[in-house]
Amino acid sequence: MSELQQYLPALVKGAELTLVLAISSVALAVCVGMAGAMAKLSSSRVLVSLATAYTTLIRGVPEFVMMLLVFYGGQIILNRISSALGFHAPDVNAFATAVFTIGFIFGAYYTETFRGAILNVPRGQMEAARAYGFSGWHAFRRILFPQMVRLALPAAVNNWLVLLKTTAIASLIGLHDVMFIADQAGRTTQAPMTFYLAACVVYLLVTTGSTAALARTRVQLNRGVREGRLHS
Amino acid sequence: MTYDEIAQLFPAYASGLWVTVQLTVYSLGLGLLIAIPLAVLRVSPNRLCSGPVAAYTWFIRGTPLLAQLMIVYYGFGQFQWVQDAWQRGNPVLSLLRDPFSCGLIALATNTCAYTTEILAGALRTTPYGEIEAAQAYGMSRFTAWRRILLPSALRRFIPAYSNEVILMLHGTSLVSAITLVDLTGAARDFYANYYAPFEAFISVGTVYFGLTAILTFLIRLTERRYLVHLRPQRFTNLARG
Repeated sequence: MSELQQYLPALVKGAELTLVLAISSVALAVCVGMAGAMAKLSSSRVLVSLATAYTTLIRGVPEFVMMLLVFYGGQIILNRISSALGFHAPDVNAFATAVFTIGFIFGAYYTETFRGAILNVPRGQMEAARAYGFSGWHAFRRILFPQMVRLALPAAVNNWLVLLKTTAIASLIGLHDVMFIADQAGRTTQAPMTFYLAACVVYLLVTTGSTAALARTRVQLNRGVREGRLHS
Repeated sequence: MTYDEIAQLFPAYASGLWVTVQLTVYSLGLGLLIAIPLAVLRVSPNRLCSGPVAAYTWFIRGTPLLAQLMIVYYGFGQFQWVQDAWQRGNPVLSLLRDPFSCGLIALATNTCAYTTEILAGALRTTPYGEIEAAQAYGMSRFTAWRRILLPSALRRFIPAYSNEVILMLHGTSLVSAITLVDLTGAARDFYANYYAPFEAFISVGTVYFGLTAILTFLIRLTERRYLVHLRPQRFTNLARG
């Protein structure tokens, strides 16, 4: 127990980094996902096939392999560019690599989530908005988006939970997140179980908290929606 | 890189591929097998039955697979009694020293939790008429579970389970963290030897992509076979029948 106390400040710092990494990645992923969903639903053949290639590729390759490719491959690209320009290459930043990789991987999952949600908003809603003379952007913001959020929320939160757990693999490329700190502390103190479980507590707090928040928000967003009930 | 060097790669990749395939198949098989009784307990109205299973799935689904792998492989060495058992050569606890069995234990425990919840979801959405029909036939509770509830749920669970299968294949890529040389491990060795990240990771990514495609194809075949009764019927068939 005393080891745990000794390393508590480091663990808290690691937990902070895990959270910052997860939140930055999910922000990127949501943006990529929104763009991807728009591309998939657009009338442009090129955009549709580009977005489809993107989601198919991402879902066929493990996250860890992609992260290794971006981390080590990125360094080589950086080295080549900087030697061509004649200056010393900076080291590839593990944090940036992780945000970039995780953001683009989960962008593919958010693409599917948002696409499904948009398709489930009744067509007449957008048609009515346009008939009222709303501009495309205005109709999106006031009509499509609010209804889409309600439909996308459960899957979006699920993606967030998977993303949070995926950030742990960033410790394998040397990012000092809570998993990395726990690993180091466990090796030095020869109490690995204690520290891995401590890291697990951090993940459990966030995942359980997110699930509870989802349940509360769902009740709010579903006001005014009559849900079908079986076995009433 | 010369062609000779590329030729030397194949044995390493082939044995890595074998480790990946074995881990995926065994962990999915074990996980599914254990998930069936656990899912039955999970939907039980008795809290003493469903509670422990709920706690197990909550812990596994709330923590990263990487942490679970590390706990199984590195975690247990912390305890003196485990180390004593290792000294004595206890066959069961010695499994916790072998990276392959540790990887298998962690992966199976992980997929089992997700599978349990997916199957429990399918059981909860059993059409009520199926249960009524079983009762009307005078089936005992055990027979109803064996002949009606489980076969019906196990079929309807295939589409959601297919995602889990792909995630598990990808999950095996983390076992290189516990010193196992799977496909990803082979690629990492190759990168370390030749400092050629693009060749190493793009080639191995392509192999995973191929494996994913094969699995997706197999799942689609299974769905076509076992979900045939849920396919929308074509009007012509109805008219003829």
